[in-house]
Amino acid sequence: MVTLNRVKTEEFVGLKPAWCPGCGNFGILNAVNRALVELELEPWQVLLVSGIGQAGKLPHYTRGNVFNSLHGRPIPVAVAAKMANPELTVIAVSGDGDAYGEGGNHFLHAMRRNHDITYLVHDNQVYALTKGQASPTSDPGFVTKTTPEGAVTPLNPIAVAIVAGATFVARSFAGDIDHLSSMIKAGISHKGFALIDVLQPCVTFNHQNTYKWYRERVYKLESGYDPADRNAACAKALEWGDRIPIGVIYRREGEPTFEDRLVALKKGPPVKQALDPRRAESLLAEFM
Amino acid sequence: MAVKRPVDVNFMIGGEAGQGVQSVGVLLGKVFARGGFHVFADQDYESRIRGGHNFMRVRTSSRKTEAVSETVDMLLAINKETIDLHQPELASSGVIIYDGDTIKDVKSNGFLFSVPMARLAQEKTGDKLMSNTVALGAALRLVGYDMALMDGLLRDHFGGDVGEANVKAAHAGYDYAAQNFRTEFPHRLEPIGAARMFLTGNEAIALGAIAAGCKFIAAYPMTPATPILEYLATKAKDMDILVVQPEDEIAAINMALGASFAGLRAMTATSGSGFCLMVEGLGLAGVTETPCVIVNGQRPGPAVGLPTRTEQGDLAFVVHAACGDFPRAVLAPATIEDAFWVTVKAFNLAERYQVPVIILTDHYLAGSYATVDKFDMSRVTIDRGMVYAAAPGGDGYKRHKVTVNGISPRAFPGQKEVLVATDSDEHDEAGHLTESAEERRAQVQKRQRKAFELKHHGITPPELRGPKRADLTLIGWGSTYGAIKEAVELLLREGKSANWLHLNELWPFPAEPVADILCDAKESFVVESNASGQLAQIIRAETGKAVEGKILRYDGRPITPAYIVDHLRKESCCYGNVK
Repeated sequence: MVTLNRVKTEEFVGLKPAWCPGCGNFGILNAVNRALVELELEPWQVLLVSGIGQAGKLPHYTRGNVFNSLHGRPIPVAVAAKMANPELTVIAVSGDGDAYGEGGNHFLHAMRRNHDITYLVHDNQVYALTKGQASPTSDPGFVTKTTPEGAVTPLNPIAVAIVAGATFVARSFAGDIDHLSSMIKAGISHKGFALIDVLQPCVTFNHQNTYKWYRERVYKLESGYDPADRNAACAKALEWGDRIPIGVIYRREGEPTFEDRLVALKKGPPVKQALDPRRAESLLAEFM
Repeated sequence: MAVKRPVDVNFMIGGEAGQGVQSVGVLLGKVFARGGFHVFADQDYESRIRGGHNFMRVRTSSRKTEAVSETVDMLLAINKETIDLHQPELASSGVIIYDGDTIKDVKSNGFLFSVPMARLAQEKTGDKLMSNTVALGAALRLVGYDMALMDGLLRDHFGGDVGEANVKAAHAGYDYAAQNFRTEFPHRLEPIGAARMFLTGNEAIALGAIAAGCKFIAAYPMTPATPILEYLATKAKDMDILVVQPEDEIAAINMALGASFAGLRAMTATSGSGFCLMVEGLGLAGVTETPCVIVNGQRPGPAVGLPTRTEQGDLAFVVHAACGDFPRAVLAPATIEDAFWVTVKAFNLAERYQVPVIILTDHYLAGSYATVDKFDMSRVTIDRGMVYAAAPGGDGYKRHKVTVNGISPRAFPGQKEVLVATDSDEHDEAGHLTESAEERRAQVQKRQRKAFELKHHGITPPELRGPKRADLTLIGWGSTYGAIKEAVELLLREGKSANWLHLNELWPFPAEPVADILCDAKESFVVESNASGQLAQIIRAETGKAVEGKILRYDGRPITPAYIVDHLRKESCCYGNVK
């Protein structure tokens, strides 16, 4: 597979991961690299912006331009970098706490604005880097050190994303690299905000939602499923339990992106424009 | 032009929110600016959309003036409350212009001049809304001003039929005053020279940002900084600026950092509470060495405080805000003209030292208007600092390379064969996270070296104004410049011995020059709009020297020359007070 491509997998070998052996993050890393290779993107063309958590380390373990930002803040950094240089392929990377907890407000509004970035959320339903507390997506009743009586109602990121105005909403599974890399490719290729929520087993702190647990439940969306049907997508988004759908749950094509609406981008990437103070000269007359 | 007697006339316009107080004030200021006068105008308004009491003071002088005067020579009262509230400020020769048809039962010790503004507006233009313009015409007649300048301004400002109607309304007021004002107003204002610019501190900052090549602003609306975002939004198309109103201040600063990392000059603007939300992002700028300009237009805090009032209460906060050690610069424009040049410098410092730069203004400076000489764009320099030139054959690029002065060449993502990486975690030279003690020491020391460079090569040391040795030394920072300057002039006219130190570049604190000046001071006072004397605290911490005297104001109103002198009369040895 790799040899068919102009860009080689070896170009995406970064630092040695510090993840636990067997961590779902390895599958996500492999899928990201495979997607970038298959899209023939070179590392310098890609900007990976991450938050804090084990997911936030992913950009260091592949190769590309990297901005590892604060907890919950990859989206604002990523969308602004995209505006500044729309030629970059911008991928934001978060965990479930980063995306849906600390960064919830950015998550909501970035989807509404339809920035042209891909948002990869490693959703392991637990805070792992801080050693095992409940997350916004922990299943109800999930017992942790901070939720001895069990976690409360979880946030449904897929449903929230569809309602908030995201134009590409997908779910995949870290244990299925073929499926996940195809979702990441579709997300990057999508013009607009693409959310990919990745079911990711945490082998150390989540003994409930394990590889086995997910494998018994996930199923690929049937061929007749129409992701353009928003009502059907909302219904599909609510499916969680014995059966969990994976695939592109909702997709709306042709929606103007945030960048499309920016007048300042009509003349090409702002980073390529020369700076000239004399241009401001014309503004002074209105103050006289 | 013949030498004329100096003039200094203070107009006040008062009314409810929504009655056009600001538009009348701005037109009045602008028409005098067109005649070459120095004008300073401040606004006083409440945190509401309609009603309440608003006023604007427009001080017009033949000499450069950068402070408000508390004595009103002419009061344009749009409502009765204005007359009731501002009687005490009226000069003995002062005049109140009002509409006696609509404002009844007026009692005043001052000279009342009723102009049937609404009736004249209706008669001459068919639109009662022009009544404020009638008042403007009457006011200009009293000071004997050139109506041709007013006609031109109204046509430029409103344009078309609306402009012509306003010209008619202004002339109606002018003619009415000519026929009915039977006494002599003691002040004459005849044009004295070429037109000047007339703008607010916020507008000066926004213009400075555009001149400096700022291409990105993300800001969440908050008084008094909102007009910066609004102005840049109106120029986004012509000046190619990315303007974003994000979901909150946290997004605003993080967006500015994303844009800056990608290669643009970027800024955000807020007030104290919004800055509080930005503090983690400030630290991110520090550790990732991402240049960024942050405007904090201060208002009285803590928390929401007094939203439409002024204070200098965030100084101690902004110089220390965020966890950990990292260099930053804090600049505080002294005047509206200075706001332009400080902003230009802020962008240069940010990129040269790869640090966040905070511009500390306040409601008073941000929202006040002043005349300035037209900004000379040929004096604006853009210094983008050390930019990385890729060596052929491979990406040995290290974003956080350890260097002698701590500054690492900057590259931007999207350059072939170059990978740019940075991290909010402590990182190695290449920008990847590390827990190595050795790497940590190297990066901390590198950032500390930048702080040293910034302090000794970036910050311009303040100058002592006036005689080197004096009985009294006043020390101020930021927007109190005009008030202190005028207070010192008053002291000198009274035969007192006084000098004055003003800081507009506050951090890294220029400790050595300030310490030297304080060594020579006999009696010193800080003048600050806050409750604790925050500059005095910083001076103590940075120089070991105590400034005993403090002239403080924290009621949300601006410090005026009279406020300073009144305090000195009660507290200074110069006035025979014993300590």
